[in-house]
Amino acid sequence: MLDIKGLRASAGEKDILKGIDLTVKAGEVHAIMGPNGSGKSTLAQVLAGHPAYKVTGGTVTFDGADLLDMEPEERAQAGLFLAFQYPVEIAGVTNAYFLRAAYNAIRKARGEEELDPMDFLDILEEKLKLVEWGPEIMQRAVNSGFSGGEKKRNEILQMAVLEPKLAILDETDSGLDIDALRIVAEGVNKLRRPDRATIVVTHYQRLLDHIVPDYVHVLFDGQIVKSGGKELAHELEAKGYEWLTGVPEAVSA
Amino acid sequence: MNQAYAEAFERFTKNGGGAGPAELLGLRREAFEHFARTGFPTTKDEEWRFTPVAPITGREWRLSAEAKTSLVTPADIAPFRFGPPAWCTLVFVDGRFEAGLSHQPKLPRGLSVEPLSQALEADPALLSKVTGTSFSALNAAFVKEGVSIRVSAGVELADPIHILSVASKAADGASLNTRIVLHVERGARAQLVESYAGLFAAASFTNAVTQVTVEAGAWVEHSRIQRESESAYHIGLTQVDQARDSHYRSFTLAMGGAIARHDLRARLGDENVETLLYGLYLGRREQLIDNHTAIFHDHPNCRSWEVYKGILDDASHAVFNGKVFVTPEAQKTDAKQTNRNLLLSDRAKVDTKPQLEIFADDVKCTHGATVGRLDEIAHFYLQSRGVPREAAQQLLTYAFAAEVMAEVTSAPVRERLDGLVRERLGVSS
Repeated sequence: MLDIKGLRASAGEKDILKGIDLTVKAGEVHAIMGPNGSGKSTLAQVLAGHPAYKVTGGTVTFDGADLLDMEPEERAQAGLFLAFQYPVEIAGVTNAYFLRAAYNAIRKARGEEELDPMDFLDILEEKLKLVEWGPEIMQRAVNSGFSGGEKKRNEILQMAVLEPKLAILDETDSGLDIDALRIVAEGVNKLRRPDRATIVVTHYQRLLDHIVPDYVHVLFDGQIVKSGGKELAHELEAKGYEWLTGVPEAVSA
Repeated sequence: MNQAYAEAFERFTKNGGGAGPAELLGLRREAFEHFARTGFPTTKDEEWRFTPVAPITGREWRLSAEAKTSLVTPADIAPFRFGPPAWCTLVFVDGRFEAGLSHQPKLPRGLSVEPLSQALEADPALLSKVTGTSFSALNAAFVKEGVSIRVSAGVELADPIHILSVASKAADGASLNTRIVLHVERGARAQLVESYAGLFAAASFTNAVTQVTVEAGAWVEHSRIQRESESAYHIGLTQVDQARDSHYRSFTLAMGGAIARHDLRARLGDENVETLLYGLYLGRREQLIDNHTAIFHDHPNCRSWEVYKGILDDASHAVFNGKVFVTPEAQKTDAKQTNRNLLLSDRAKVDTKPQLEIFADDVKCTHGATVGRLDEIAHFYLQSRGVPREAAQQLLTYAFAAEVMAEVTSAPVRERLDGLVRERLGVSS
């Protein structure tokens, strides 16, 4: 589904990704771990087409297409979804309007008929259950005044509505209490299907107790320095990152 | 040019303009003399520094009373109505009241609505209650038509009253002087919608004055919508006088006119007054839209809250000036003023000036003004959800506007405003 080869990216003058190779197949869950500053969030954002980063080398193929050649909206329309680490607040637009606009934009791009507010409401009701929310949240402005946990839940709700082929969760666990973490993780798990894949970017192993990965990769200084199965996450939890990176955790964190 | 106005004034007084008690004519003459003395403002006047009104002042306008009429049908008016048909709607075409186009339901007890001429005959002093610019003096000299609304003590009106002024084709080259007087007595509640629209791309000159009196404990919501043709000129003055424990909130939407200026002045005339001023202006092409507000805190324990937002496209130009005066007596004043502007084009321009003059020491007064562009990260957020870049820009622009529209408490008014803004910005509902 996703094939990353020798990906390099920079922000301004600074090289951040220094040659990433990663293959993700349908049905798989990959965890990308690593200390702060290792480039894991950058990788997630580069895949979604964040304007702050410049790709300086390598290729990314998504379902056979050149992902790096697409606009961010084209990537979303092709089935890629990024759950933001810091979801953006949009005062003045209700969650309901925003979600329908996104849903319809993607349908339109695929040549499908757009849904009116009433039909969309039916879809929404079912998706809200997934994140254990009532309908009230839909009349609030997008992420505006939401708690950290609410913002992350809202990302998962968007993901549930847009039904991506590849979901990338960027530090979705940061700032979540145990309850919110459970809701978010369960939401993600319910959306797992053999024809979909998930990349979980996280600093801690905590989230991976709930969303169990097939593969774990450790990113350091812009490169994947180790890959393994889910047991690698437990090893990192026990030993920290230092044994892989050679840099004391207190310095890199 | 003053000579032409002097001749026009003499004609006006001879042709029925002088009707009513002698005192009224005296006040008109006084107002005209005030105008003649001060003349029209120029950009040398600090208050008009960024707003050249030469296209208005350098031209000889017919008085609306001397203008031809053109036939306007209910269907022509329909797009400009607000809210459910049951609302009391008074329609003025080219400055003249049109009973046939208006909807005057049986008024609830405690609400009186009468023609301005009648109100002026009964109380000529009404004319001199507004102290403003040379434009408002000109209005006082020439105004014949308008409406006077009075809400009796303790009466709570369920629905807004809509005063709709439209300019027809015949208004091209005409000056339209109208005046609205709203008086809300003790403990009463009222909503006024005041709107200005153009049926054609006529170069008319609206010179409107609105005077609002809010007695003790009364509550008023005032929405002012200026959506005249982009060939029209619009100068408006709203004066608000508030008594103890009263609440006044206004929302002004300015999106029409080649040159449009609105002055809003609120006097907080006693303790524990609350004044909320919200505004939205949308400029495009070469429009010039100017909002001047002045809030006078003369007494302790009052609160004023002001948020004006502007969206400027093409080569449009906006001016915002917000004055807040706090006298030494006005301790415990809580005043906040915000002006935010969004530029959609490199050629668009904003001159914004918050002006706080505070002479009391125990107050909380803040102000802030910003001029900027849409947030790139918000853009990316929408795009990452599949929304194309252009649609994302429209949605974010709408969001910027919607935030201030949300402050209108009347749901039918808010929805109508929302529709107008969506239409203008090209955002579907």
